[in-house]
Amino acid sequence: MNPLLVEYLPILIFIGIALGLGLVMVIGSYVVARQRPDSEKVSAYECGFEAFDDARSRFDVRFYLVAILFIIFDLEVAFLFPWAVSLGEIGMFGFWSMMVFLGLLTVGFIYEWKKGALEWE
Amino acid sequence: MVIQALVFYLFAAVVVASAVMVISARNPVHSVLFLILAFFNAAGLFLLMGAEFLAMILVVVYVGAVAVLFLFVVMMLDVNVAQLRQGFLQYLPIGALVGLILLVELVMVLGAWVLAPGTVEGSGMPIPDPSQVTNTEALGRVIYDHYIYLFQAAGLILLIAMIGAIVLTLRQREGVRRQSISKQVARQRAEGVELKDVPSGGGV
Repeated sequence: MNPLLVEYLPILIFIGIALGLGLVMVIGSYVVARQRPDSEKVSAYECGFEAFDDARSRFDVRFYLVAILFIIFDLEVAFLFPWAVSLGEIGMFGFWSMMVFLGLLTVGFIYEWKKGALEWE
Repeated sequence: MVIQALVFYLFAAVVVASAVMVISARNPVHSVLFLILAFFNAAGLFLLMGAEFLAMILVVVYVGAVAVLFLFVVMMLDVNVAQLRQGFLQYLPIGALVGLILLVELVMVLGAWVLAPGTVEGSGMPIPDPSQVTNTEALGRVIYDHYIYLFQAAGLILLIAMIGAIVLTLRQREGVRRQSISKQVARQRAEGVELKDVPSGGGV
């Protein structure tokens, strides 16, 4: 078998065990425990009083801004990994090509810092 | 080899099933969660092909960031499914017509699809031996010098996305009191403390 895949075999076994354990717990509780559902017992419990409304409410748009900035810097880091691994072979040209890329994103970073996008009031 | 084939069929089946659930789940939050499941299994398929780096990036970027963003959007829109389905039957003929036209166009494009001669063997980079060079290193050797223009274009697109998101969503709220550390530190004793010379017995 491919030596690369052999390295990932423990993860596959782990996923299998996790899946099996989860299924055993869910099915076991159905099989072993006494099931006597009641509309009061299966409804959402909220400190004794009736639930006010749906748990899904609107989010502030600022969470979205934080998430999108996170994605952008996540991608920047993703580009850094192959660069760091192969830096010995790509030489000065590869080094400066990454520096220009980082410089571009630093311009954006300074912009968002100065605009106050990272502050939460 | 048998395990590999079994795992492939398992991952592929889960990808297809969860992709169907993404478009058919009634609750939009559930469909985003099915999308995350599809991403995970697609990462497994990448791993089976030996594309280690792409599999990890799929988990880190798509599951970690894009799916969270989708969840935010779904939460922010506050979609009411019952309300959305109100005019469903009424608009069904128009929707079916648009879908049919799109399908015909796609079939026409894909039917005339021919790979340009020499793309596979000529201009492509030579693929290094996987037993000597890791996946990540092989990618790193070509991205930063051979494909430098595309790499810098990716940087520019990220910059535009960053500025666009800030311009579209940043609202400065009025009347918010902020802490100004430089102002606090620069404060002198003379500005903050005032000494009064009180005559004895006279009061202030």
